[in-house]
Amino acid sequence: MVKLDAKIPAGPLADKWAQYKATQKLVNPANKRKLDIIVVGTGLAGAAAAASFGELGFNVKIFCIQDSPRRAHSIAAQGGINAAKNYQNDGDSVYRLFYDTIKGGDYRAREANVYRLAEVSNNIIDQCVAQGVPFARDYGGLLDNRSFGGAQVSRTFYARGQTGQQLLLGAYSALSRQIRKGAVKMFNREEMMELVLIDGKARGIITRNIVTGAVQRHSAHAVVLATGGYGNVFFLSTNAMGSNGAAAMRCYKKGAFFGNPCYVQIHPTCIPVHGDYQSKLTLMSESLRNDGRIWVPKKLEDAEALRAGKLKPTQIPEEDRDYYLERRYPAFGNLVPRDVASRAAKERCDAGFGVNETGLAVYLDFADAIRRLGKDVIEARYGNLFQMYEKITDDNPYETPMMIYPAIHYSMGGLWVDYELQTTIPGLYAAGEANFSDHGANRLGASALMQGLADGYFVLPYTIQNYLSHEIQVPRFSTELKEFDDACKSVQERINKLMSIGGRCSVDHFQRQLGKVMWDKVGMARTKESLTEAIAEIQAIREEFWQNVRVTGERDEFNPELEKALRTAEHLELGELMARDALLREESCGGHFREEFQTPEGEALRQDADFMFVSCWEYRGADQEPELHKEPLNYESIKIAQRNYKE
Amino acid sequence: MIQNMEKKGLNLTLKIWRQENARSKGSFETYQVQDISPDCSFLEMLDQLNEKLVDKFEKPVCFDHDCREGICGMCSLYINGRPHGNDSGITTCQLHMRHFKDGETIWIEPWRSRAFPVIKDLVVDRTALDKIIQEGGYVSVNTGGTPDGNALPIRKENADLAMDAAACIGCGACVAACKNASAMLFVSAKVSQLALLPQGRVEARERVTRMVSKMDELGFGNCTNTRACEAECPKEIKISNIARMNREFFVARLQD
Ligand SMILES: Cc1cc2nc3c(=O)[nH]c(=O)nc-3n(C[C@H](O)[C@H](O)[C@H](O)COP(=O)(O)OP(=O)(O)OC[C@H]3O[C@@H](n4cnc5c(N)ncnc54)[C@H](O)[C@@H]3O)c2cc1C
Ligand code: FES
Repeated sequence: MVKLDAKIPAGPLADKWAQYKATQKLVNPANKRKLDIIVVGTGLAGAAAAASFGELGFNVKIFCIQDSPRRAHSIAAQGGINAAKNYQNDGDSVYRLFYDTIKGGDYRAREANVYRLAEVSNNIIDQCVAQGVPFARDYGGLLDNRSFGGAQVSRTFYARGQTGQQLLLGAYSALSRQIRKGAVKMFNREEMMELVLIDGKARGIITRNIVTGAVQRHSAHAVVLATGGYGNVFFLSTNAMGSNGAAAMRCYKKGAFFGNPCYVQIHPTCIPVHGDYQSKLTLMSESLRNDGRIWVPKKLEDAEALRAGKLKPTQIPEEDRDYYLERRYPAFGNLVPRDVASRAAKERCDAGFGVNETGLAVYLDFADAIRRLGKDVIEARYGNLFQMYEKITDDNPYETPMMIYPAIHYSMGGLWVDYELQTTIPGLYAAGEANFSDHGANRLGASALMQGLADGYFVLPYTIQNYLSHEIQVPRFSTELKEFDDACKSVQERINKLMSIGGRCSVDHFQRQLGKVMWDKVGMARTKESLTEAIAEIQAIREEFWQNVRVTGERDEFNPELEKALRTAEHLELGELMARDALLREESCGGHFREEFQTPEGEALRQDADFMFVSCWEYRGADQEPELHKEPLNYESIKIAQRNYKE
Repeated sequence: MIQNMEKKGLNLTLKIWRQENARSKGSFETYQVQDISPDCSFLEMLDQLNEKLVDKFEKPVCFDHDCREGICGMCSLYINGRPHGNDSGITTCQLHMRHFKDGETIWIEPWRSRAFPVIKDLVVDRTALDKIIQEGGYVSVNTGGTPDGNALPIRKENADLAMDAAACIGCGACVAACKNASAMLFVSAKVSQLALLPQGRVEARERVTRMVSKMDELGFGNCTNTRACEAECPKEIKISNIARMNREFFVARLQD
């Protein structure tokens, strides 16, 4: 059995990263020119990494599936990015950000990584300001902050409701500068299909050009995977249509372990589902919970009347409203972490208090805030979000409460990486949402942007050198090698197979079916029974897919159906892996809620004695069950406690 | 809103531009769609058409899209003669079918511009916009060693104006809307954002000169102040950015 080594540096927590940097191996400038790095993905993690590698002098090739690197899904992040600057003088510190992140993740993240993340968070803000990112400022000209769920300090930096856009455009501008210099070569509309290994090390990738369908080869000394999250296994999510877990699965099948696949985050504030034709769910930023109050009616008959359209929410008197988050969690109120808020909404709706004609929605009400602060202030804070809500729903949130419901949003799981962000395949690194990350079983708001940029700007540029310093003697690889031939052939065969089935059902039909099983049985509340059923059902859908999918068009042309089919094929395997992982984890923690494991008040009940580990899955072949490895989690600096947002 | 679910579905005639690839000649094809919910988005309406085409073993209509919430800038349809359709301040993916009438005929075309060749059907190649940014749409700082974020206070007014300009999503609607296919609004948004911030001032001169000359080289047309770009910009980027860029450009020329 492979021994997992997280390579956590020795020494006190606060010194580990400094110690690592002081003793790691570096590559001198002349040698950097001889070394090639492939980066897959141009989101915050990929763009930041590629730009930084280019600046250092490496030769970089970077890939994305959109028509421009600027369109990676990071662009859609709304709310903000955390950092421990303590500009507000409200008691924040690196330690507190570290502590909140570990606690928010329900004690399922690796201490050393999270501490490093908190440590470099401040550099990120400085870097972005220097790039010209127009963060919000106060009248004195200094940077402004807002608060986010799971924290009692104001540490979130933001650029209106478009923080992800501005941070990504910052990274994209740094990337563009390196492209101009010739240090980075950009391949847009080019999808990674396979990882190429030579003597057990990652040495290149096979891609498919989305415009021409051409299958192409690229070699390098190291590969960084920054392909984002896999929320779209659920079909409906807040992710972009093209977001996918396929690239990570392809690496998993080549031997990279998959960490904690069952940890996905369900975001409490999304616009509810409204029809069968729906293609995606829209997030309403969590920052809205700063001023919005969440409630449902206290009386069942009111809920019924609201669902039937016989009552309006504004007609429900104050005393008949149940502000259930404020009631259950007085200390954090509407700002409890996402998993807690999502489950609480589901609990109320399951109990019959849900609104909207489906009964699957709760109110997010700004009437109080408008009364207290005035409409202008609310408009300045959330104007664009309110407008977006109105465009979609035709409802005016200044006059009537918003309706929201939880939706799949983020994947904490991903490729397992060690302290250096290296996967179990030497030379293959994973960054951003694609790795199993620093968020444990639940991510706090505004921490994904922080992690993506930390990985890309401040971690990988160091750690990858520690590896590449051993590769300076290794000449460039020819893409004519047998390993490339084989990988290419397997891609061609997969494509030919999909094109030749000519079955009865569209790709979306299968992805939708999978999504429904995932949401119903591997979603917000899981049981041994539901998960066992899910595994069998997903296997059946997968079998049916390979018999009966219909992919129209040709292989050698712009063919979105084929693109989707290739991704859905991987999701059909990833879904099963997620269910397996959830079945194994007989406890509730963070975003993973097993109904069998809860306190009498319905809070998640961890089983620390048995499950204080990262589950790391090893692929063992198409018809074999994957093998589980465990990375034990040791907490040296933090006292483990049950998460408590009540006091 | 809720009651809309019972609203009557729309029956529509679609005239859609179909083109095999960059080399072939395209033409409009006619399609019918039935019972479209007024609450669904324009792209979800096209999804439903495509699902039907796949059912009939026909090739679905290709169009660019990704985030479907108006921020990635990928969607790019020219609908009834207007980029992103007949509503203001939105992208195609934010256009909802409640803006159409039952029985209506809708014309759907790709962006049309020399600088944006058609790839297939409604998909065009907009890499020219990336090339302009590569000429100078950045501040030349490397990773690390930057001063504290609060070392340099910035007037809130300037930070806000910079943010207004930075909101550009790079969709290219301004180019598609302009009879000269000019990219001035796009270029001026980036030039303005950086010119308004102290971090960007340092290279302001070189930036504007290089970006403008790249824009000309790539085949975008001149600006003749018709303001069509401003009217169609989904992020409502102001034409005052073009004035600011022109000032920057002339100052740069004078100082050269
Ligand atoms: C609506 C929304 C709002 C959010 N708001 C916030 C927020 O306020 N604060 C916060 O901290 N986090 C937020 N998040 C989470 C955060 O945005 C993401 O986790 C983060 O941006 C992911 O960045 P990334 O670089 O890992 O991946 P992404 O930005 O998803 O980039 C993935 C890249 O990989 C490429 N790619 C994928 N597959 C392939 C392939 N096979 N071949 C080639 N290229 C490929 C894509 O083209 C893309 O360039 C939000 C997420 C969503 C969905
Ligand atoms: S699909 Fe992203 S802006 Fe329309």
